[in-house]
Amino acid sequence: MSHIRKQNEYEKTPAFYFFRWLGGEKDAFVGNMEMHPQKEYVEEEATIEERMRDRQQAMTEVYDRAHNKELIFFNKLYKALSVIFCIAIAAVLIYAISYLPSVGEAEKPTNNIVSETYIKDGYKDTGAVNVVTAMILSYRGFDTFGETTVLFIATCCVTIMLMVDKDKIRENKDSNDRGFEPRNDAILQTVASLLVPMVFLFGIYSILNGSMSPGGGFSGGAMIGAGMILYVAAFGFDKMERFFNENIFKIVRVVALSCYGCIILYYILTGAYGMECLLPQGEAGEILSGSVTACTIYALYALFRRGGL
Amino acid sequence: MELIRNFPCLSIFMAMLSAIISSALKGNGARRLNTFVVTAVGVMSACVLYLTCTTGESYVYKMGHFPAPIGNEIRFGSLEAGMALFFCVIMLFSLNGGRKKIQIEIDPGKENLYYIMVDLLLSSLLALVYTNDLFTAYVFVEINTIAACGLIMIMESGRAIEAATRYMIMSLLGSGLFLIGLCMLYDMTGHLLMSYIQISVREIAESGTYMIPLLVTIALIVVGLAIKSALFPFHAWLPDAYGYSTVSSAAMLSSLVSKGYIFLLIKIIYRVIGFDIFVNSKIINVLFVFGLAGMIMGSMSAIRENDIRRMISYSSVAQIGYIYMGFGLGTTVGMVASVFHILSHAATKSLLFVSGVGLTDVSGEKTQFIELTGAAYRNVAAGLAFTVGSLSMVGIPLFSGFISKLLFSQAAVQSNIKMLPTLIALAVSTVLNAIYFMKTVIRIYTPIESKYPSVSIKKNRLYAFTLLCFVMLNVALGMCSQPITDWITQGLSVFA
Repeated sequence: MSHIRKQNEYEKTPAFYFFRWLGGEKDAFVGNMEMHPQKEYVEEEATIEERMRDRQQAMTEVYDRAHNKELIFFNKLYKALSVIFCIAIAAVLIYAISYLPSVGEAEKPTNNIVSETYIKDGYKDTGAVNVVTAMILSYRGFDTFGETTVLFIATCCVTIMLMVDKDKIRENKDSNDRGFEPRNDAILQTVASLLVPMVFLFGIYSILNGSMSPGGGFSGGAMIGAGMILYVAAFGFDKMERFFNENIFKIVRVVALSCYGCIILYYILTGAYGMECLLPQGEAGEILSGSVTACTIYALYALFRRGGL
Repeated sequence: MELIRNFPCLSIFMAMLSAIISSALKGNGARRLNTFVVTAVGVMSACVLYLTCTTGESYVYKMGHFPAPIGNEIRFGSLEAGMALFFCVIMLFSLNGGRKKIQIEIDPGKENLYYIMVDLLLSSLLALVYTNDLFTAYVFVEINTIAACGLIMIMESGRAIEAATRYMIMSLLGSGLFLIGLCMLYDMTGHLLMSYIQISVREIAESGTYMIPLLVTIALIVVGLAIKSALFPFHAWLPDAYGYSTVSSAAMLSSLVSKGYIFLLIKIIYRVIGFDIFVNSKIINVLFVFGLAGMIMGSMSAIRENDIRRMISYSSVAQIGYIYMGFGLGTTVGMVASVFHILSHAATKSLLFVSGVGLTDVSGEKTQFIELTGAAYRNVAAGLAFTVGSLSMVGIPLFSGFISKLLFSQAAVQSNIKMLPTLIALAVSTVLNAIYFMKTVIRIYTPIESKYPSVSIKKNRLYAFTLLCFVMLNVALGMCSQPITDWITQGLSVFA
């Protein structure tokens, strides 16, 4: 038995909202979300003229294109030589590689005692189920610490380029475009509140499970970093700063990296004197490098977006 | 004695950990930590040098729990330890000499980042010097490249960023070639540790199975490292990178970064490829020709330059040419001369950069020659030090440059075909050196009524003291050359 609802009762049901939206009577986002049509970029007459004048000046006075025979000759020679050079290098490399042992050959020099030991004794020596993890964290732990440092120094270099001083932000509002971003995007916020916890959980699972899977710590860290980026894109920096700010970033990075360095150093020193290493090097390395990766990825995003954490 | 064997490993880790801690410190704290670390590493290297010189042997140190072909390893003999000590000394002097400029030119919020770069540069240099594993060498080549880029672009001026970009592109090209060479070498030998590769390479050379890939591999590795150390046709990035960075960076880039790569190349020649196989390959003649061309062309470009910083930079191209020319001679004597020239050039070039900045400071921060007229009267210490550096570069006895030129000519006389071109190039290059350095010295000692104020030594004691140390280092290299060449010869003999 169906009955007809009253109009004011009907207006509260989801079906009413749905059909109203379907009929195009009211858009749910109008008024609830900031929406600006993109402005077309119009260049002013004066700047165009200035640009053309500069270019003309550079061409005639600095390079003197019409009369500078050296430059004309150089340009032609450069084009010709670069083509010849690339072809020659490619040819030489292909020629040389054709003499190398082919892939999968049993007699290949790389099928020696080293790779055999990695595959056979990897689990017994290091306790890591995955051969790749055994190699990067135990057999060649020093190299891996070097690689982690590459990540660290790369972030520092990017920081040099992008970090904006707080005084400069105050002087020049344009260098901080935080105020111009759309806020409270309902779709993004809804999806983010569903996805972010799952992304975080899966990232933590990957890090903890690191010694079982290849490169676990790193990929888990990358996942958590991506989750943090999603969170900050949806909810803004103010909410993010409640649990992650510059000081926490510094603490996590310094503590994790220096612990990692100390563990590797301890591992090497005990190895040099033939003593047993008591620390669970694999898992600790995974967790530490994972947390560094997560922070680094988020920090790069924040640096690009607003020139500072 | 047993304890000293840990020092190379400890010094690498100390430099890396200090960089990590510096990222949480303010500028001043990072600077103090850096000074402490460089000094401590220098002391430790001196201990290692003492150990290796007294026993006359080289030591292998296991990096981890697994022995040679499976795990990592570092190795140190007297040459490695001496180089590490020398790099620390030059780094300490360069940083002290340019400390005031760092404080002025670098954004105060980013000063600690500068010292992070310096710490990691030190760690990568130490690792390049001590490593016995080609892949470890590659990892630290990466760190070295990025640190050098950071040192250039910390100025944040347009020219510095452009120079850093150019340096980055060229340097990554070099790293790429080095990596391809490394992969091919691994494919042929199945090892990454230097001593094991050498055994396999010897077998290959005897049986003649992979001769063509071996030749290409040697070429790739040598060219890759030559690009990174600015051998003549690959030097286009150099003048901007040295000319527009802050003075400490310029001094460290010219005397440490490029020398680190050259030392790695020496290590690869002796410990990976084998000196005799390297000499028998044709690549050595290419290096010889490029070296000779660099000696002449670098000086020619320096003569045409109107900017003192860029002039000193172009002079580096010529000096790198000397070093590669010594490799190209293909004799042990030539190699010893090259290693000595690494020391001599590092000591002199950093002196020239640091004293040059003192001269430009009293000329209204301008680097053009016309502004520098009479600058030596306005800053007496910098003027004297610049003169010493110039005399050493030209090759006047008493200073280090003379000894390296003498060693190069002695090495040239012992080789048959290469004697004449070497001696002619040495003579021409010396004359060209004299032209541009003496021109500058005469210019800075021309008395003139200047609009710029002068600076007394008392006001910047640290700067004057640093210059004095540089001059003393230079004179020491020039006066006590015999023990130093003996040490290099002994070090190279335990290398193989």
